[in-house]
Amino acid sequence: MTVKKEQWGSRLGVILAVSGSAVGLGNFLRFPGQAAANGGGAFLIPYFCALIFLGIPICWAEWAMGRYGGQKGFHSAPAIIGVIGKGRIARYLGVTGILIPLAVSFYYTFIAAWCLGYFWAYVTGTVGIDPSMAVVDQTAAAGQFYNDFTGTAGNGIMFGAGSIPTIVFWVITFAVNVYLILRGISKGIERFVSFAMPLMAVCAFIVLIRVLTLGTPDPALPDQNVMNGLAYMWNPDFAALFNPQTWLAAAGQIFFSISVGFGIIINYASYMRREDDVALSGLTAAATNEFFEVGFGGLITLTASFVFLGLSGTIAAVGTGTFGLGFQTLPVVFAQMGALGPIIGATWFFMLFLAAVTSSISMYQPAVAFLQEALGVERRKGTLLMVAICLVGSFMVIYFTEGGVFWSTIDFWVGTFLILIMAMIEIICFSWIFGVDLGWEEIHRGAQIQIPKVFRFIMKYVSPVYLLVVLVAFCITNLPSSLAAIGQQPMAQLALALIGVVMVVLILCVRVGEKRWEAMGMDLDGRDLHPDWAPASGVEGEAGE
Amino acid sequence: MTIGGWILLVVSLSFVWGLAGWCYWKILTVPEHPKHDADGGGSSG
Repeated sequence: MTVKKEQWGSRLGVILAVSGSAVGLGNFLRFPGQAAANGGGAFLIPYFCALIFLGIPICWAEWAMGRYGGQKGFHSAPAIIGVIGKGRIARYLGVTGILIPLAVSFYYTFIAAWCLGYFWAYVTGTVGIDPSMAVVDQTAAAGQFYNDFTGTAGNGIMFGAGSIPTIVFWVITFAVNVYLILRGISKGIERFVSFAMPLMAVCAFIVLIRVLTLGTPDPALPDQNVMNGLAYMWNPDFAALFNPQTWLAAAGQIFFSISVGFGIIINYASYMRREDDVALSGLTAAATNEFFEVGFGGLITLTASFVFLGLSGTIAAVGTGTFGLGFQTLPVVFAQMGALGPIIGATWFFMLFLAAVTSSISMYQPAVAFLQEALGVERRKGTLLMVAICLVGSFMVIYFTEGGVFWSTIDFWVGTFLILIMAMIEIICFSWIFGVDLGWEEIHRGAQIQIPKVFRFIMKYVSPVYLLVVLVAFCITNLPSSLAAIGQQPMAQLALALIGVVMVVLILCVRVGEKRWEAMGMDLDGRDLHPDWAPASGVEGEAGE
Repeated sequence: MTIGGWILLVVSLSFVWGLAGWCYWKILTVPEHPKHDADGGGSSG
């Protein structure tokens, strides 16, 4: 077999891929809601603190760990964390870095399909919100459309005749993901993000311009204008800074948003060359995410809502959470925009679809890479195995839709709690086991910027302690009620059972991989600190080569 | 909007747009390292 190592085609390619992974629905829908509910503009203070002391340092650590592991011939979180953490315990803890993106993909692709479905509904004019009705009736119509489309009314609805469009959109979305994964790192993921990211920015800019030029659309309601909409989002309530919940929410938002603790950056960075820059690349990816989140998310969503729905309507919208705001409130807002409404609505949901797909492909890729290197199969077979696992998980998510309990359980325990655990594993392995001195040297190999030395101290002491405080506060705040909910909700128990089964499968794969890597003479415990070799053999290669 | 709101809005947007702009300016103006076969099997680009 011809062995060809997969690599990114360009530096910009890997940056856009990581940025695409980070920029998702949370940037446009979750961030403004969190900010408005936690001090408005004042929220940005703990938010940027979390970015500087947690997000960016862990981001640099992930980039450096990934590239380092890649030089040893590894591309998955278990193998690379095993190298950095120097042993079996770290390697098995690294399974978290596969479980998180894989389990999150079970429901994330379903939500991406909603975006595609809404986009199509705007293109074909089938959203069914009549702007001549009272706003309360429009809100009810939007809610009905959402419930019908997502099947939240009951289990099994998605497999009825009335839900065929949703299933079709899911099949299309999943197929697009699988096709891009099959194409490989450079020809699939990199090519897609290279046009998707700029296109997403253009779409966001179009919507932003429209929102900022809305003025005062209804002279009878002079208070509902753009300036007051911005004020709702940005006027600071500094008293919120004395509430620990604000700091916890800000740190949580950074984690959800910037894609640290997922195991995705480790995988993507493992396809870089030894002398490729990670310092500037990591910072650029984080900056791109912030560009979308603060620059677009902070200006568009709540401003548009306020202009048409007023203060009480916007407060109610924020209270409905990320999906209520995005899929129930904004369609009502677009309906008030006159002839441009369907165009802006279509542009908005197309942008969300692109954001979701650039994120979802990054969730599938780590699992494929892991299955490839653990089981010694080529990309095509690794993809098929990943598809088999995802079909089971996705089927359960799509079947058990009642109240969104099933996927919300996965979102909480895997997409929230385990991310904090994974980030803790990573920063301890990087700064304390691998050693911050060696880590610092690794980050600066081929670096095109010099990171201020204070970050060495931050990575060793501040980030782990900050993260520990966040983790403890998160557990105190959320775990009692979440654990109680499990006992009362069979769907939650089923979701956790699914997660458990997937985790067992992944652990077994690590065991198989260990034996294989040992037999190949690979440095799976990270004993050789300065790798200057690539594996003599391996099963890597892009489809079509 | 209050003065505090304006300050936070302008400072936040300046920070994120400025940081992103500076990063991409560096990325696009500083040449990449040449691709070496010995670096790990050649490029796929």
